Amino acid sequence: MQVEVSLTVNGKLYKQNVEPRMLLVQFLRDELRLTGTHIGCDTSSCGACTVLLDGKALKSCTMLAVQANGKSVKTIEGMAENGALHPLQEGFHQEHGLQCGFCTPGMIMTAADLLSHNPSPNEHEIREALEGNFCRCTGYHNIVKSVQYAANKMQAS
Amino acid sequence: MTLIGTSVKRVEDKRFITGKGRYTDDIVLPQMTFAYFVRSPYAHANIKSVDISSASEMDGVVKIYTGKDIAESGINGVPCGWQVDFKNGDTMKEPPHPLLVADKVRHAGDAVAVVIAETYAQAKDAAESVMVDYEVLPAVVNAKAATQEGAPLVHEDAPNNLCFDWELGNPKAEVDAAIEGSHHVTTLDFINQRVIPNAIEPRSAIGHFEGHNDRYTLYTTSQNPHLTRLLMCAFVLGIPEHKVRVVSPDVGGGFGSKIFHYIEEALVTWASKQIGRPIKWTAERSESFVTDAHGRDHVTKAEMGFDKDGKITALRVKTYANLGAYLSTFAPAVPTWLHGTLLQGLYTTPLIHIDLEAVFTHTTAVDAYRGAGRPEATYLLERLLDTAALEMGTDPAELRLKNFIQPFDGVTQEGYQTQVALQYDSGNYHEVLHKALKMVGYEDFRAEQKAARENGKLLGIGFSTYIEACGIAPSAVVGSLGARAGLYESAQVRVQPTGKVSVFTGAHSHGQGHETTFAQVVADKFGIPLEDVEIVHGDSESVAFGMGTYGSRSLAVGGSAIVKSIEKVLEKGAKIAAHKLECSAEDLEYAGGKWTVKGTDKSISFGDISLTAYVPHDYPTGVEPGLDFSSFYDPTNFTYPFGAHIAIVEVDKDTGKVTLKRFIAVDDVGNVINPMIVDGQIHGGVAQGIGQALFEGTIYDESGQLLNASYMDYVMPRADDLPNFEVDRTVTPCPHNPLGVKGAGEAGCIGATPAVVNAVMDALTPYGIHDIEMPVTSQKVWNVINGN
Repeated sequence: MQVEVSLTVNGKLYKQNVEPRMLLVQFLRDELRLTGTHIGCDTSSCGACTVLLDGKALKSCTMLAVQANGKSVKTIEGMAENGALHPLQEGFHQEHGLQCGFCTPGMIMTAADLLSHNPSPNEHEIREALEGNFCRCTGYHNIVKSVQYAANKMQAS
Repeated sequence: MTLIGTSVKRVEDKRFITGKGRYTDDIVLPQMTFAYFVRSPYAHANIKSVDISSASEMDGVVKIYTGKDIAESGINGVPCGWQVDFKNGDTMKEPPHPLLVADKVRHAGDAVAVVIAETYAQAKDAAESVMVDYEVLPAVVNAKAATQEGAPLVHEDAPNNLCFDWELGNPKAEVDAAIEGSHHVTTLDFINQRVIPNAIEPRSAIGHFEGHNDRYTLYTTSQNPHLTRLLMCAFVLGIPEHKVRVVSPDVGGGFGSKIFHYIEEALVTWASKQIGRPIKWTAERSESFVTDAHGRDHVTKAEMGFDKDGKITALRVKTYANLGAYLSTFAPAVPTWLHGTLLQGLYTTPLIHIDLEAVFTHTTAVDAYRGAGRPEATYLLERLLDTAALEMGTDPAELRLKNFIQPFDGVTQEGYQTQVALQYDSGNYHEVLHKALKMVGYEDFRAEQKAARENGKLLGIGFSTYIEACGIAPSAVVGSLGARAGLYESAQVRVQPTGKVSVFTGAHSHGQGHETTFAQVVADKFGIPLEDVEIVHGDSESVAFGMGTYGSRSLAVGGSAIVKSIEKVLEKGAKIAAHKLECSAEDLEYAGGKWTVKGTDKSISFGDISLTAYVPHDYPTGVEPGLDFSSFYDPTNFTYPFGAHIAIVEVDKDTGKVTLKRFIAVDDVGNVINPMIVDGQIHGGVAQGIGQALFEGTIYDESGQLLNASYMDYVMPRADDLPNFEVDRTVTPCPHNPLGVKGAGEAGCIGATPAVVNAVMDALTPYGIHDIEMPVTSQKVWNVINGN
């Protein structure tokens, strides 16, 4: 059985027929080929699949594609605008906030949610906000600095 | 312009921060099918029957293979790459590890069948309908218990579940006598618990056979694509190596677990030919938990003797090392040549003996995990040192300084010959500890701790001063120790006609930043812009050969191979330049991207010579066109990074919660090419080391079930569990490789674990206990505080 789903991803409207059991993350990766959103676990624990759903961070493995019907999704591929990196993307680069890069898209999307409601978080608030996202490479030290970099840059502009 | 030693931002970042990374599971091939494995829910069981009849009828199913099919196909199991012999000279027990088992399962997660279908969901649906009739048998999971009389056998031809026994060091009788005669002996009986590497990217493999030219391509999440190709072609499938391409694209972390050749890689490669279509397999996380090679898992008794002045007299170790149900690729080397050989530590201990039994159990295979043997050795030594200081009423820092080997540079002073085979290359151990003590403000801390105790607060400080053996490894040496591979590295430096440079390295980057660090070396040596250099890795089609990345070897071994090729380019370039400048090559010097006639302003640029080499009209006789050189570098010794780590913790009396207040790491990894990247490697290693100390560890029940096989149950450090780290370094160059580098990938993970546990023990001094088994959870600490 297939069900029609219609949603906006990175500003573009998609209408497609999907299996009702298809997860949003599978829809993004397999149907739209937006493979920047990753799958790291089966239990919504790792955060590698985090996207923004109507502006709020969501682990896209916790939602069926059909549940996202009518909603607006932003993925890592939609963060840079007009060729300019988002301050978070820039921050992760400047502060060496990534190594293997696998958790990075999810980290950036989670941090984007944080900065949208707390534009100048302190270290503790950043660590609390990111505690749903695993990184096995960096020990989080430089990820915290990356988010601070972005916050400073966004505050300044 | 100098790039070496500067924190150049990483060139690989761009694709990762924009979602353009290309990991194995991101790859889609035309006509691709999907594989899902049927795995045993039991740790030990006879397979009475496997019924695929209803599953075969299900929607989308293309093919199902069982263990019987594999047995009848004549395919071998995955091989072990390292042989260790019994003390009596007998060869280790090396039972087969078939791609799918036919008769008996030996750990929960053992693969029994595989379903290949049009979609992933269809494969998974059908796998649930494969009916396997198991006769469940008793299992054993603890290494020491497995050696006892009457324990269930994992393999019938391995009595007492012994894979091999092994010893190293001074004659045991001498060590025994020295321990007996010591003024003080500190003894620890402990388990270095099993942990799971848990790279966030699950393993994945795509097999693709193309009939028009009889070629196979395997895309795989490997730290080690060339070795995977060699093992798979020569030992498992018996297919011609030159007809097989192995690509390891972007890989989302490895930490050891992606070094090894796994059954799934061989199976999708083989089956792709059978069905004539590409096959993708990607592990689910719960599958990763029971099939990725695990790390550590030692049961150890360690005794260290001291004389009345606090000098170490002897070290005696007995260890049972758990290898799991099958021998993973490098498993036998980890508890032996990567563990026993590090028991000298930084100390002048005159007598050392280790006795080891390597044991099969009904658990997932154990192999190298970040540090691989060296964290186990360091944990053993550093826990003994802090415990001894506590018992003898001396200061743990003083006790270390008193026992350290004196500084030696390995150039004017000889390397340090240990009692356990290795010869250290260079070191200055006092300096790292002095620097760390200064950073932590040691004297002030002790005063603060005293005041805190008077106010009922539990503050503790823990030390760890470690050494590791990296830059793996001199091929002849490891060959004599049982390695079935050489451990050199290859590099090709291809200067293009326009002066741009492509470098093909056998090392593999899965987070380490080789595309930046290696390019810094090349750009610096040639005096050209960084953006004129590209580093290519991870594809057997473009890279001639390689031994991959693990053991902190990439720069020390792979980087040295690159330097060799650079030197060949410059030597040939000088011949061409001499012709153009009408002088002899000896009259030229190379700097700033050009050859200059010494003492003149006559020069010719790198770009001009590159073009001349490919357009050889006005060209020296007897010199071949082109500017493209390959090299293999085989190191003459291991490298020996070292460092001092200090942890400060606070223990909450009411809850037992351990809070890591500060973590100081002073590491000496030799010369540093990119400080930013090295610091990042230390951070990540420290986090994993802290993970083992406080959070991580497998929980097997008696029947062999891994009870915490998910991210909801297996606890790893999250952002709010860790502090910012305070890192610094000293620089003692490696005397035996051209870059003077030692390696930084594992240092943090080796040093951190005992520092944290020592800090907790220091905090709990008022309770008079000397040890808590890792992970040191709130519950365990609370029980100690409450006298349970």
